[in-house]
Amino acid sequence: MELRKLVDNIKPTFSKGGKLSFLESTFEGFETFLFVPNTTTIKGSHVRDCNDMKRTMSVVVLALMPALLFGMYNAGFQHFLSLGQTPELMPSFWFGFLKVLPIIIVSYVVGLGIEFAFAQSRGHEINEGFLVTGMLIPMIMPIDMPLWMVAISTAFAVVFGKEVFGGTGMNVFNPALLARAFAFFAYTPSISGETVWIAGLGKGEGVVDGFSGATALEQLATKGDMSYSAMDAFLGFIPGSIGETSTLAILIGAAILIFTGIASWRTMVSVFVGGLAMAYVFDLTGVTEYPAYYHILVGGFAFGAVFMATDPVTSSQTNMGKYIVGLMTGILAVMIRVVNPAYPEGMMLAVLFMNAMAPLVDYFVVEANIARRNKRVKSLAK
Amino acid sequence: MSKIIRLRKGLDINLEGVSQEVLVSLPTAGEYAVTPTDFEGVTPKLLVAVGDKVKAGSALFFSKSNQRIIFTSPVSGTVTAINRGEKRKVLNVVVEADANQEYEEFTKLNLKSASREEIVETLLKSGLWSMIIQRPYGIIADPSQTPKSIFVSTFDSAPLAPNYNFVLADQKANIQAGIDALSKLTSGKVNLALRAKAEMAGLKNAEQHTFEGKHPVGNVGVQIHHLDPISKGELVWTVNIQDLAIIGRLFNEAKVDMTKIVNVAGSEIKKPSYCKIVAGASLASILRGNVKAQAEGDSVRVISGNPLTGVKRQMGDFISFYANQVTVIPEGDKYELLGWAMPRFQKFSVSKSYFSWLCSKKRFTLDTNLNGGERPFVVTGLYEDYLPMDIYLVYLLKACIANDVEKMEGLGIYEVTEEDLAICEFVDPSKVEMQQIIREGINLMIKEA
Repeated sequence: MELRKLVDNIKPTFSKGGKLSFLESTFEGFETFLFVPNTTTIKGSHVRDCNDMKRTMSVVVLALMPALLFGMYNAGFQHFLSLGQTPELMPSFWFGFLKVLPIIIVSYVVGLGIEFAFAQSRGHEINEGFLVTGMLIPMIMPIDMPLWMVAISTAFAVVFGKEVFGGTGMNVFNPALLARAFAFFAYTPSISGETVWIAGLGKGEGVVDGFSGATALEQLATKGDMSYSAMDAFLGFIPGSIGETSTLAILIGAAILIFTGIASWRTMVSVFVGGLAMAYVFDLTGVTEYPAYYHILVGGFAFGAVFMATDPVTSSQTNMGKYIVGLMTGILAVMIRVVNPAYPEGMMLAVLFMNAMAPLVDYFVVEANIARRNKRVKSLAK
Repeated sequence: MSKIIRLRKGLDINLEGVSQEVLVSLPTAGEYAVTPTDFEGVTPKLLVAVGDKVKAGSALFFSKSNQRIIFTSPVSGTVTAINRGEKRKVLNVVVEADANQEYEEFTKLNLKSASREEIVETLLKSGLWSMIIQRPYGIIADPSQTPKSIFVSTFDSAPLAPNYNFVLADQKANIQAGIDALSKLTSGKVNLALRAKAEMAGLKNAEQHTFEGKHPVGNVGVQIHHLDPISKGELVWTVNIQDLAIIGRLFNEAKVDMTKIVNVAGSEIKKPSYCKIVAGASLASILRGNVKAQAEGDSVRVISGNPLTGVKRQMGDFISFYANQVTVIPEGDKYELLGWAMPRFQKFSVSKSYFSWLCSKKRFTLDTNLNGGERPFVVTGLYEDYLPMDIYLVYLLKACIANDVEKMEGLGIYEVTEEDLAICEFVDPSKVEMQQIIREGINLMIKEA
């Protein structure tokens, strides 16, 4: 264990009284990443489950991989299509990889930098929460998003979405969605319209005449139908944010999350049920003229349902609450999409809104539990 | 027979080192001790000094807050040490046992005709009153109060726990006497919780309930929650089944005989088995020669009790008063390279991100590593799957942390003690010290009451 010896040797430098003690949390973050610490139980249960936050968060990152990898491929696919070339597998993926990687790096460097700084100033251990957030942020941004915007959005989300509340576990809003909401309202032209979803389309160089980069979602909102087949939308061969286009890849991630029990199936299922139900209502009443299930294939609906609405910290904390919050999220998302054409993507707003409402829902669920108990006391008094 | 109460929630952790059902005879321990910290909330006032001669059943100290509650010597002999810690806090009172045991004499009571007062006084005088625990709070019962009912769990579902059917095979008469005595103490009934197919059946004078399920189904708190939950202002008493036999023995034989059978278990035990001891025996005498030799740099954790709720003890310490089990497992004071990213086939997790779910029959060797760092609550819905109670655990814990007495009351603080949520503490990926938090919450309730 040469590595362990090395870490032990430099550890005093970073500990209290050492020269670099102002980097203690940072050092500890890297150390615990490399080595599960030798901490033993003192009080309470002597044995502990080997699951921890690092594992939990890395499984979520793993679950994001299918959508991310497909997103990279699709970035190239859409790009070459817009140039009128035949998109081939490897070149498309490579193109997308090179486009997406800088966004991921910026997101992690900015976010983790802030996390480390805050942890250090509070004297806390580094939380693993940003491992997931840092991966989510690139996946819900348009491919041509300027990197400085990514950086500022990430910084905003981490500082005002999380750290001001006390860090991971204390935040009210999903930080990744907050980053997107910030970008959406601060840099609207860079995150909406027809030209931002496909790499290079904004510059317009060599683009096929008449090629539209409008997303399926925008088409549904403006034309009432889409030019893509439902199968293309399901597989993900449509323009959109980097990681959100392939419902199939997202469902693979969902399977991982549900199987490992890390994300709540209650929330996921409820979001889909709520969204479909609302879409059917619009379909039946003639407000929309396309099949209801289009809604869960296009835009960020599936991504939001699987990776955003299920965030355990910002979603409902009670099982009953999860059904309610999930249903409401789905209903609201479709309602915003259909009724308010200014915001074609309703999912982001629906999830954020329900983040704000979740504590209220939980409040009533928990109050019901308290009321059951109080009723028992009263019936005794009689 | 009433219907079987089946609990779906819970978890049986299959640990290596299950005790074989054989009774190994041990040479008598030289030293015994009564450890005041075994008794929640008791500040001892000493009644003996070093050098004093005591008999089995002689008072050693009493509780400062309730002078009627005294604690007696389990053996006859000489007080050889009164060990003190910081601020002269009494750590334990050590008695070196005589070769021939002498017992304090108690008047023999006819349990049928004896009054409640006589039974209470006998129990108090014998020191066995400390075996009666009150709910809420999990502290020694107040003899001036009357509980609405008394609950006794006849089985222990904790990992590596003793099988009381084996332990108490020849104690039926004593248990019956214990039940008869207890039934005089309550305005309601004595309730026995049995496991399906248990042999403990056939006891009279008590209401019997059958439970089935995973740990913590054997916890008396969980059983009460399902049979007759404790509301504000109510009082329920509980007694461990082996302690009940010792109480019965007091009435049958008119002496304090704290002989009990405990099991020795855990992966670091050579021959996990059962042995007959007297309460308070030194752990060295119980574990003598039975702990596996450790490689250099490795050490073991000696636990008085089970791995979920027991207390950490050193080899030179003594078995705690309420323990019916001694567990020895490896210490986990080792670093693990990238452990969180590894498949960890040898480790156990309820999370399917590891593979222990593939081998549900496998017995695991778990060490005492925390397996991660402490974090704020992040995951939701996990604890509810392992706590078979209608309680929102995270909300209750947060109320405890916030010292919000009213919320704690509403969320069910009266219905739990530490042991009931030990399994949630085990599965928690945020490594929150739940047992400690709930105990601090309960202590606040006691203070505010």
